[in-house]
Amino acid sequence: MADYKLMKGNEAIAEAAIRCGCDAYFGYPITPQSEVLETLMARKPWDETGMIVLQAESEVAAINMVYGGAGCGKKVMTSSSSPGISLKQEGISYIAGAELPCLIVNVVRGGPGLGTIQPAQSDYFQSVKGGGHGDYRLIVLAPASVQEMYDFVNLGFELAFKYRNPALILSDGVIGQMMEKVQLGSYKPRLTNEEIVARYGSWATTGKTHDRPRNIITSLDLDPYRQEQFNLKLQKKYREIEEKEVRFEKIACDDAEYLLVAYGSASRICQKAVDLAREKGIKVGLLRPITLFPYPTKAIREMLGQVKGILAVEMSAGQMVEDVRLAVDGKVKVEHFGRMGGVIATPNEVVAALEEKIIKG
Amino acid sequence: MDVKDIIKEENLVYGKTKLLTDNIMHYCPGCTHGVVHKVLAEVIDEMGIQEKTIGVAPVGCSVLAYNYIDIDWHEAAHGRAPALATAINRLYPDKYVFTYQGDGDLASIGTAEIIHACNRGENIVVIFINNGIYGMTGGQMAPTSILDMPTSTTPYGRKVELNGYPLKITDLIAQLPGTCYVTRQSGHTPAAVRKLKKAITKAFENVGKKKGTSFIEVVSTCNSGWKLSPVKANEWMVEHMFPFYPIGDFKDE
Ligand SMILES: Cc1ncc(C[n+]2csc(CCOP(=O)(O)OP(=O)(O)O)c2C)c(N)n1
Ligand code: SF4
Ligand SMILES: [Mg+2]
Repeated sequence: MADYKLMKGNEAIAEAAIRCGCDAYFGYPITPQSEVLETLMARKPWDETGMIVLQAESEVAAINMVYGGAGCGKKVMTSSSSPGISLKQEGISYIAGAELPCLIVNVVRGGPGLGTIQPAQSDYFQSVKGGGHGDYRLIVLAPASVQEMYDFVNLGFELAFKYRNPALILSDGVIGQMMEKVQLGSYKPRLTNEEIVARYGSWATTGKTHDRPRNIITSLDLDPYRQEQFNLKLQKKYREIEEKEVRFEKIACDDAEYLLVAYGSASRICQKAVDLAREKGIKVGLLRPITLFPYPTKAIREMLGQVKGILAVEMSAGQMVEDVRLAVDGKVKVEHFGRMGGVIATPNEVVAALEEKIIKG
Repeated sequence: MDVKDIIKEENLVYGKTKLLTDNIMHYCPGCTHGVVHKVLAEVIDEMGIQEKTIGVAPVGCSVLAYNYIDIDWHEAAHGRAPALATAINRLYPDKYVFTYQGDGDLASIGTAEIIHACNRGENIVVIFINNGIYGMTGGQMAPTSILDMPTSTTPYGRKVELNGYPLKITDLIAQLPGTCYVTRQSGHTPAAVRKLKKAITKAFENVGKKKGTSFIEVVSTCNSGWKLSPVKANEWMVEHMFPFYPIGDFKDE
């Protein structure tokens, strides 16, 4: 029988971690995501599955704990909100450079600086274009419901291990704090140390035995030619991810003459806006990117013969809109509509912006 | 004629421990890092814990420590080794996890990570190479540079008004209840090396006994950064560093 529960997005992250066989969570409190650590501490998964939960001294320490745990082949994760994610960028760059799998969750709040504790989508550039130093990419998943918060924990880990690359869930204060019904999955057992040796023994630091050379987790190679080769290898991996892992959802697109592009909580608002616009006779559809890297560039391009204009709706000054423009390459009009600072746009505002900026303009 | 023709097997009184790899060390001749690597490799070998030991290297001259000791290693970001070691220790409680860190790494950029790892009593060994300078980046002031010490960023010597006081971080660490063994050693004479080896052995034994954090400061030389010959650097260390950083145990519980 299916197991349903009413829960907050942040609680769903914690529950999913325990049930998907996560080995460790390291975090530091920050609004609006503190319920992840609180839920885990209350659940005491170390008694149930052996999962370790630790409140670190900072986000810097937390991500470096993730770096350590990931290097020894364990399934480890952290979560935070925007200012904390900024602090984690150094560690994320090292993890990407060492080619390690892990999961990072950002429950975004408005910025810059301390900003606000209200939801925003202003960390898109940081997440998708590489917030830390160096040519690296994260696999970025954008949940639009509490169910997806739950599901993407497992999906994020699967993709992270498949490509040995950090994965990021980019949500926001709306999805983190709102309550919805969630269908819970069954418990997946954590891997035993023997299973980890069997699966990841070629790279993970499980202790050097006589049958293999020592394993070294590092992002350092001082030889420029080898470092370039390594970067080319990373780029090849990212191209493969772009090839195989694009995920998106299309709503009311079949007969659409106009298109909204929005992810996460903005896409929920746009869903309603599509209904309102259609009541007024405007044939508009919604394309919702589920993966932000890789971006559904082709899917947007395929709409070009059909639509007269595209409105990118984001809770930011206009970040994802740049990727929409890259996909469209000047072939149709693309505009941005968004509210900032923790203000959430209403569906009516979206319809008005569509009429004003795309249909009339 | 090969060296093996001159030194016959039956005449060998000393050999390189097999845990030290044949890679040519990049350390400057006379550098304390080389001595500590040798002692560390000997201890791991003699305790028979190669398969159970995981090292965490820092950013600093010993960033490539993983090239020299034949165990599994992580290379951390600057100052963050104790955070990595925390996770490895928690996820593999039966392993012998250690960090190897310089003074810039441990006592400046990584102050928070080391204090909190020690305060949580992580069951690890910390080896802290205090050479009073940033060796790797070319001899800049470290938090541990002593007063009046010339460095490339204190060309007229370290002054309190400008740079504050040298940080005796080991004295701070010894106050933390999470630590079980805190000591300050050196490696400049055969006697000092023997004591250092005893200390490192004790520290690894403490991990086996799950006693908490063992912290070993090694007052060290950086002859290149100090711009002294290896012999002169040792003399300078004895004369100027030892009075400020006296050798001995802080705590052995
Ligand atoms: C975040 C960051 N900041 C600065 C550096 C540059 N850097 C490399 S090593 C080092 C100092 C190392 O000094 P120490 O820890 O004393 O080690 P030593 O070389 O003396 O053994 C610095 C500042 C870096 N690699 N990363
Ligand atoms: S620069 Fe100093 S610390 Fe670095 S290898 Fe040379 S002597 Fe040793
Ligand atoms: Mg130093």
